[in-house]
Amino acid sequence: MYRILSKNNIAPGICRMEVEAPRLAASALPGQFLIVRVREQGERIPLTICDYNREAGTVSICTQAVGASTRMICALEVGDSLQDVAGPLGVPSAFTALSDEEIRGRRFLFIAGGVGAAPVYPQVKYLHARGAVVDVIIGAKNADYVIFEDEMKAVCDRLEICTDDGSRGFKGLVTACAQGLLDEGCRYDEAVAIGPMIMMKFVAKTLHPSLIPLTVSLNTIMVDGTGMCGACRVTVGGKTRFACVEGPEFDGYQVDYDEAMRRMSIYREAEIEADHKCKIGRG
Amino acid sequence: MDRMKRIPVREQDPKVRATNFEEVCYGYNEQEAVAEASRCLNCKNPRCVGHCPVRVQIPRFIERVKEGDFAGAAAILAEDTSLPAVCGRVCPQETQCEGQCILGVKGEPVAIGKLERFVADWSHANGGPKVEIKPFNGRRVVVVGSGPAGLTCASDLARMGYGVTIFEMLHKAGGVLSYGIPEFRLPKDRVVAREIDSVRALGVKIETNVVIGRTLTIDDLLGKEGFSAVFVGSGAGLPKFMGIEGENLNGVFSANEYLTRSNLMGAFAPGSDTPICRGRHVAVIGGGNVAMDAARTALRLGAEVSIVYRRTEKELPARAEEVHHAIEEGITFRMLTNPVAILDDGKGAVRALRCIRMELGEPDESGRRSPVPVAGSEFEIEADTVIMALGTSPNPLISSTTPGLETDRRGCITASEEGATTREGVFSGGDAVSGAATVILAMGAGRKAARAIDEYLNK
Repeated sequence: MYRILSKNNIAPGICRMEVEAPRLAASALPGQFLIVRVREQGERIPLTICDYNREAGTVSICTQAVGASTRMICALEVGDSLQDVAGPLGVPSAFTALSDEEIRGRRFLFIAGGVGAAPVYPQVKYLHARGAVVDVIIGAKNADYVIFEDEMKAVCDRLEICTDDGSRGFKGLVTACAQGLLDEGCRYDEAVAIGPMIMMKFVAKTLHPSLIPLTVSLNTIMVDGTGMCGACRVTVGGKTRFACVEGPEFDGYQVDYDEAMRRMSIYREAEIEADHKCKIGRG
Repeated sequence: MDRMKRIPVREQDPKVRATNFEEVCYGYNEQEAVAEASRCLNCKNPRCVGHCPVRVQIPRFIERVKEGDFAGAAAILAEDTSLPAVCGRVCPQETQCEGQCILGVKGEPVAIGKLERFVADWSHANGGPKVEIKPFNGRRVVVVGSGPAGLTCASDLARMGYGVTIFEMLHKAGGVLSYGIPEFRLPKDRVVAREIDSVRALGVKIETNVVIGRTLTIDDLLGKEGFSAVFVGSGAGLPKFMGIEGENLNGVFSANEYLTRSNLMGAFAPGSDTPICRGRHVAVIGGGNVAMDAARTALRLGAEVSIVYRRTEKELPARAEEVHHAIEEGITFRMLTNPVAILDDGKGAVRALRCIRMELGEPDESGRRSPVPVAGSEFEIEADTVIMALGTSPNPLISSTTPGLETDRRGCITASEEGATTREGVFSGGDAVSGAATVILAMGAGRKAARAIDEYLNK
């Protein structure tokens, strides 16, 4: 089970894998995530589902090697297996409850930052297949980190790329790019932003005056991911909510991003310690 | 021998055990067990049995122990419980069987829990009890959750001849036995894994990583998956918090998170990839078994620990043995104390817990004297870690995805005494119905539901 059928290194330190998980593939919907354990003593880490193939019984996951566990995932090769894959978890995107008729012609703006392009892709694909009008902004630090460009191009109406250093597309942040679209006269029924917490915070600031409803997806710390531990709690509209069973998508204007960012750092010291290779006594 | 006195049970020295995760209690050896068993009066009308939620035939199995027939004792236990090694260790015997023992009127009740544990451990070491299983009757039943309720329901159904599959959402079977109760109270490999193996030996299939309500719905189970009935034993759910200032500061955890990291993920032991905050000064809020478990885990991870509880020691809902052990190990009990805020160190982490003293007021409708704050008595407790052990509220995964399945006003699944829910073919029991309770009550509910499912399928 959970065998890796294909693997692509799509950017430095970012890999995309197709994994055998038939039950999961059969029920996954846009907006959901899964939990992976890489080995017997491995931690449970939430990862986004970047595609699913119900016929083949596979799901695609996109992993950025940022810590010990994600590095171990990226070190796996085709033919290897993940120890555990559980899901799909979280509430599917709200638009999956709409009928195809309601979706047809509805105008969406997606703003993806970094690996956020991965979870944005199945949402755009789903909406495009049902006749929605979808514009997408992909932001990355430089040209090397622009991911899912070709896939996205095939399923959206307009694709804007922006990079921090201008090595690809528009030079600047996704917020400036989004503002540009609005200034151009583009109008949207709703917007979705997925990326680093800080990006979503500023997207909310940028879009707020436009009154376009904004959904964000929160990648909080989780242990079980199924509504047991409460590690994923976030404050939304002044209330404590659990990202694993009530999210991961929330109203982008209601999230307390500063608190969410601070909570992401709880184990940072432990992670730094685990990374630290002591050289004392090694001549 | 003084019949009024128990044979003492050997335990790890408190100072030593406060620094390790090995089991606190060593249990009886054969001689000790026989001696303790011979204290039993073998009452004609045994009150102990009536106060056991699964009606274990207590005097009958103790009689066998007295005779040295441990295999016979194990067979009697197996008639009523599939988890004797667990129950012997974690049941609140003092309020159930042992609380009713006639010897307890003038002396110490028979150590029924310790005897059950002895028989179960002996039996496991000697090949396990012989259990009769009826041949497969052609019908398949699905059990959601592999905790005490699910395991009990599954093994009862398997013995009746049903084909049983358990779906577990975590990567490991056992539910609260795996993620909740710590190693030092319930060893995972030696006890929990073995009990689960004996359920598997009945032909029960356990599939992990399947989240019912997400991976599959109850409709899928009764429809395309082809099961004839469902038992939902999905357990308790989301941790409760107090709603006080500072609860989302770094360093505030639910007991569920803290214990899951340590127990399920093995974060207490070297080699685990899962981190856990060790903390120097840990305050645990609450007075139940979960609070004791979290406090004693933090202590073993090297912290100075206090338990903060708003009533008095007399009202602590935890098992007496756990409170006794926690005190022995050096945990500070701050009774009649209630937190009012968690204070920030200026960098978003916990600096201290602000509390208020309480006093017991007039008895409320339930007869319990309710604690009331003493005006102007606020004070601070130094803490860098705060663990909330205040119980849980139901998990919405199944109730929100199953049409026709009603919940009560707390969000718990509505079920009859026998476990029937408002949805045909769907039965439920354990914490999913009652809210957080004990292992043995969940087992009792699983057992009743197994009978109800059998009746339903033979209507």
